[in-house]
Amino acid sequence: MDWNLLVLQLINGLTLGAIYAVIALGYTMVYGIIELINFAHGDVYTAGSFVALATLTLLGATRHMAAAALAFALIVTFLAAMLIMGATGVVIERFAYRPLRGRQRLAPLLTAIGVSFSLENILQLWMGPSPVPFPQVLPNPFFNLGAVGVGQMQLVVIFSSIVMMLALHFFVQGTKLGKAMRATAQDWMAAEIMGIDINKTIALTFFIGSVLAGAGGVITGLYYGNVWFINGFRAGLIAFTAAVLGGIGNTTGAALGGFVIGFVEVMTAQYVGFQWAEVTIFSVLILVLIFRPTGLLGQQLPERT
Amino acid sequence: MRVLKRLVPYRTALVILLVLLLFPLVDHNAGHINAGADAAVYVLLALGLNIVVGFAGLLDLGYAAFFAIGSYTYAFAASPFYHLHLPFWPMLLVGAIIAGVFGALLGAPTLRLRGDYLAIVTLGFGEIVPTVFLNLPKYTGGTNGIVGIDQPTLFGYQFGFNPLPYYYTLIVIIVVSVIGVLRLRDSRLGRAWLAVREDEIAAASMGVNLVTTKLLAFSFGAFFSGFAGALYVAKLGVVSPDQFNFTVSFTILAMVVLGGMGNVFGVIAGAAILYEFQTLFLADLTQWSNNLGHAWGILFLTKLNFVNLKFLLYGLGLVFLMLLRPEGIFPERRIRAIITERESVATEIPPADVSAAGSPAGGPPPHAGP
Repeated sequence: MDWNLLVLQLINGLTLGAIYAVIALGYTMVYGIIELINFAHGDVYTAGSFVALATLTLLGATRHMAAAALAFALIVTFLAAMLIMGATGVVIERFAYRPLRGRQRLAPLLTAIGVSFSLENILQLWMGPSPVPFPQVLPNPFFNLGAVGVGQMQLVVIFSSIVMMLALHFFVQGTKLGKAMRATAQDWMAAEIMGIDINKTIALTFFIGSVLAGAGGVITGLYYGNVWFINGFRAGLIAFTAAVLGGIGNTTGAALGGFVIGFVEVMTAQYVGFQWAEVTIFSVLILVLIFRPTGLLGQQLPERT
Repeated sequence: MRVLKRLVPYRTALVILLVLLLFPLVDHNAGHINAGADAAVYVLLALGLNIVVGFAGLLDLGYAAFFAIGSYTYAFAASPFYHLHLPFWPMLLVGAIIAGVFGALLGAPTLRLRGDYLAIVTLGFGEIVPTVFLNLPKYTGGTNGIVGIDQPTLFGYQFGFNPLPYYYTLIVIIVVSVIGVLRLRDSRLGRAWLAVREDEIAAASMGVNLVTTKLLAFSFGAFFSGFAGALYVAKLGVVSPDQFNFTVSFTILAMVVLGGMGNVFGVIAGAAILYEFQTLFLADLTQWSNNLGHAWGILFLTKLNFVNLKFLLYGLGLVFLMLLRPEGIFPERRIRAIITERESVATEIPPADVSAAGSPAGGPPPHAGP
């Protein structure tokens, strides 16, 4: 067994898992608060990549820019993708999901599928039906950790994901708005009686969730070097799987689920064949659910209809 | 006479059936008949998914997997790929049964799951099956799929590529299926499904066996997609994994919800409307708007292509439909009763269907009556 290869793949898995964890976090927040399988989340994430691509092109960012100008361009790109996607999330919630709140389960699910299809079609009309190259503005030198080389981009991805996860954790656990979100997730009627503005809180949750998706979109664009309109479906599927694997509605669980899927995918690609990645991911999911029907960290949620 | 009386509640359906039977004699456009036959395949699929989602209330987002299994079963059995050329009619049933078995196999690990956990497992299964067909080229033909699939013959009559015999075969199968599904709905099992849909815990405490009830729902649902699959590939002559991706599952689900979950005739209408909208109407609309643009000299209209906007229109359509009519175009009476007036459910239950189908032979009155 080649141990260096294994360590290398573990680092790759950590990188991929960090990206999945960020998307799954946004996904599970939305799920936690209104119990909606938000199929559009993956497409919001891909739209984030597209907005970042457009912004970088607009700013004319290249690898050979001065460091200060490049940093500025990157900050603008991140802000643009995160804010535009956050706003998109709020608009989607306002017009597609809010009118159906409290109705039977299947109706909002189908609007989510409808929003997802519409977004995908818009992205396809915008940048065309094939994968689009993403400007490689960051150099990617390799560090040597012992005998294993690690790309700088991987460190950037892992670091920025961890920062986002921690920021979200402190926001949800430490601030008054976070408390309102948790209260709404637990019982929105009771929260409303206690004077929490439900509409504002849910809109805020969609905003934060979509901001995370937008940021994830920029990070993947920079990491992989291309974006494709169809990516959103797979990303949404993975985010959903990660959230369910970890225990749906549980933010720590979503992050854990993201990392587990990242590792499973990378290890499958290395030792079985990359085309089997999805098969193993879903097999792991089914196995986990057989033994823990509420996910790894999930607890039994009260029945809601 | 008694038979005629029993047909009275279905007179609209019978008139529509008559129109559909006569339609190829009036309209000789092969493209339209072809679209009609393809729509009929989706009607069969929607009938099957309606059992799972509409009757039993189990959210299945990977229904296309069973369609794929039925299709590949016939493709393996009657093509040069394995040098097997088994006859079509028995294989039609075998394909349906194999798909039904896989339905139960998928159902087994999901029995303890509910709601959204079930949704992700079925969605995952819907992704796994085409992936497996894609990645085992030695056994399944891989990306290229299987070509040269045998076409059916009936008493020496070759079906060939003419859509007309497929159209009539599908109509016959749909009529038989509708009778079967209606009988099933009013049977002891059908009532158990409705009970599970409304309240799983209450149903279980009234003596409904959740395991067999749910597994049978998945099986019966998958059984219909097996039928549809075998007919579909026999008509097409080829099968490949990309015919069964997630858009197919979602389209069938949209058909069921569009028509009105649980309402057999509504679901048929939903499937037919949505399919014809996608294939014929969008192309025609593009043609009309382009002609109009040329006639009036409006450049914008001449460039408009609605086929490119298919998923945008489709998505927006779903959103608006759910906002305006979340129960579908033809809501099932029982669902409507529950949604509008919870107290008066008991008085809203349609007595006509129940008495027409009769109670299960010799058995005691069903436990799971609504």
